[in-house]
Amino acid sequence: MADATHDDVGYVPPAEIEEQDLYHAKSWITKYVFCQDAKVIAIQYSITAIAIGLVGLVLSWLMRLQLGFPEAFSFIEPDDYYQFITVHGMIMVIYLLTALFLGGFGNYLIPLMVGARDMVFPFVNMISYWVYLLAVVVLCASFFVPGGPTGAGWTLYPPQAILSGTPGSDGGIILMLVSLALFIVGFTMGGLNYVVTVFQARTRGLSLMRLPLTIWGILTATVLALLAFPALFVGAVMMLLDRILGTSFFMPSIVELGEHLSYGGGSPILFQHLFWFFGHPEVYIVALPAFGIVSDLISVHARRNIFGYRMMVWAIVIIGALSFVVWAHHMYVSGMNPYFGFFFATTTLIIAVPTALKVYNWTLTLWRGDIHLTTPMLFAIGFIVTFVNGGITGLFLGNVAIDVPLSDTMFVVAHFHMVMGVAPALVIFGAIYHWYPKITGRLLDETLGKFHFWVTFLGAYLIYFPMHYLGFVGVPRRYFELGDTQIFDQSVGDLNAFISIVTFIVGFAQLVFFFNLYRSYSKGKEAGPNPWRACSLEWQTAETPPGHGNFGKELPLVYRWPYDFNVPGAKEDFIPQNMSQSEAFPKRKAAAKTSRSRAAKK
Amino acid sequence: MNLLRELTDKPWIATEGIPGAGQEQKMLSAVSSGRAAIKWLFGVGSVLFFLLIVSYGERMTYEDWRPLPESKLLWFNTIALISSSVAMQWAVIGGRRDEIDDVKIGMLSGGITAVVFLAGQLLAWRQLVQMGYFETTNPAIAFFILITGLHALHIVGGLIAWGRTAQKVWWRGCEAGQIRGSVELCAFYWHFLLVLWLVLFGLLFAGNNNLSIILAICGLR
Repeated sequence: MADATHDDVGYVPPAEIEEQDLYHAKSWITKYVFCQDAKVIAIQYSITAIAIGLVGLVLSWLMRLQLGFPEAFSFIEPDDYYQFITVHGMIMVIYLLTALFLGGFGNYLIPLMVGARDMVFPFVNMISYWVYLLAVVVLCASFFVPGGPTGAGWTLYPPQAILSGTPGSDGGIILMLVSLALFIVGFTMGGLNYVVTVFQARTRGLSLMRLPLTIWGILTATVLALLAFPALFVGAVMMLLDRILGTSFFMPSIVELGEHLSYGGGSPILFQHLFWFFGHPEVYIVALPAFGIVSDLISVHARRNIFGYRMMVWAIVIIGALSFVVWAHHMYVSGMNPYFGFFFATTTLIIAVPTALKVYNWTLTLWRGDIHLTTPMLFAIGFIVTFVNGGITGLFLGNVAIDVPLSDTMFVVAHFHMVMGVAPALVIFGAIYHWYPKITGRLLDETLGKFHFWVTFLGAYLIYFPMHYLGFVGVPRRYFELGDTQIFDQSVGDLNAFISIVTFIVGFAQLVFFFNLYRSYSKGKEAGPNPWRACSLEWQTAETPPGHGNFGKELPLVYRWPYDFNVPGAKEDFIPQNMSQSEAFPKRKAAAKTSRSRAAKK
Repeated sequence: MNLLRELTDKPWIATEGIPGAGQEQKMLSAVSSGRAAIKWLFGVGSVLFFLLIVSYGERMTYEDWRPLPESKLLWFNTIALISSSVAMQWAVIGGRRDEIDDVKIGMLSGGITAVVFLAGQLLAWRQLVQMGYFETTNPAIAFFILITGLHALHIVGGLIAWGRTAQKVWWRGCEAGQIRGSVELCAFYWHFLLVLWLVLFGLLFAGNNNLSIILAICGLR
């Protein structure tokens, strides 16, 4: 900024990566393929994650074909159905949501929002992406091995996951476990980068408490992932050894088709504990970045500072910490000691406190705000509503007495899709509409965006509200078909068909979104550097899209938090983080000058 | 505590004047970032091995648990790893004194003793096979192979980093001051792997049932 040159105080270099460490691409290949620039890596992560996510979407359609119209599609066998649900679940939770939030948004936003030139370890960052891609390729390869991908369910519970009766027990389960292990190795490389960059490469003036909440969400989720993924890694490696070498970490003594297998003495419950020690924090690995991003979207598009910033930060951290002590609420029906059930129900309900606090703060941020119902804002509000709905059914399932009868019903499916599928997906869409102008320099089409929002939002409710009802009446999950079961009314079948039809409509409506991405890239309205008039650093770059090194010659100096909207006396309704007080309040500066000169005269 | 003070900052108050003026600004160096990354990696590794120890302990509570046979070779391996860590520290001290010869001696001895440790671990696996204990369905054996294998993989990772530093020392002919940071990072990682091994060895493989005692104290066994 004009009056913030270093000469004022004698030159003090900003904290930055030494120039020799900044990666410079020398060829097309190193600029766009084996690239070490976090922004390119972010786009690579995002494209890969969305591509594999589309595979997951198609798998869900195949499942819905079977559930909505049983026996109408002869090409879907029971084994296929189990393979669809397994790979769909794994893709959506890990290879799409985790990779997109942390690898995609994390890579793009962290260096820009903390005022750094790049991640601190660009080479490791690049390797992280290629290992992730390898994990995705290995996962896809399982479709082409004899027996196909594993059909063990996304939780991969032993012993059935590796027994011959389960589809994909030949190569499918091996490839799935190898793919997971690779994903974790790749993520660990990326995760270390994100954390160290946030803690070490922040520009001058950017204290932790001036970080945008997006960064707090991504940072905390990364820490959670770094500490939770080892549990899945251990479980995957142990199961791999059980499957390949015949060890018995998880395999009890088993008779299969009259033959006593060589396994014995293993503990299937141990796998469940390891899996859910990862699995529950995984919910927050997805949710916390979403919380952070939504906070920023709401603040920018309601032109108000976020209500209770410090509370929001502490809530993110507390939710992250608590997420490690609730895992066994996924195992109430595993025969656990009732006292354990009581403990885990209590911790589960306690998480509702900081989560509710966040919802109140979002609402209070909106209260009397100058709300602009832009597409990102619509998606952000859609997220809040959906997360509250999904969260409330989570309170049901967190109680042992209610969970036991609802366990393994469609109610559970509806709950976790609302809270962990639809809600984060809404944030992803909102975030893309919000940051697309920074990535490409052009705005996405608002009309198409609003159409996309309403079809997706209303469609999701038409899918999952009836699904809760199906669960209440006892329709079980994981069933290929209900057949001639007398206990279910004809309406159950009708409702299933209705849900399937809406699923196809909502799925196809996403084409509008992709069309919008494609069309706006060349024909969208020019965005300029800061189309939303936001305060955070990514909108203050010298170029849009940001060039290599992000901030031109000098890194920005940070004077304030990223939520200075509608500050009385300021010359505009927002003050960028890198704008000094004198620049933001020229009248105040002039008044001070006048009073000083008067005092001098006296 | 700085972190606590930062977390209780009032973020809505803007800075008057130049941010950070008058404060010493540190250039972000590869060494300081590397050190921070290794600390986080320690966290990840600690959780990984902690979960393995818990899994081991859970399996020990079963009635059919058959403990590992005691192996004197593991004591020898432990001494090799301690020596390795001491040698790497020697290299660090040499680097701080700008004594390149001390760096070379320390690095070389640290690398060799680490390889000796790995060879010793392989020999321990071989001994188990020869003693007829290598049954995959014996959980103690399976855990031993898994845990020592994962620990050995971490050592191999360290040796790759060691190799890059060694290349700077012997091939590029760098001065002590130029490779001080890399040597310190290597040694830091070495010490962590040593502490990790001491915990694993002491709790699980030293033959004195320390984990069993802890489980008994907790009323689990």
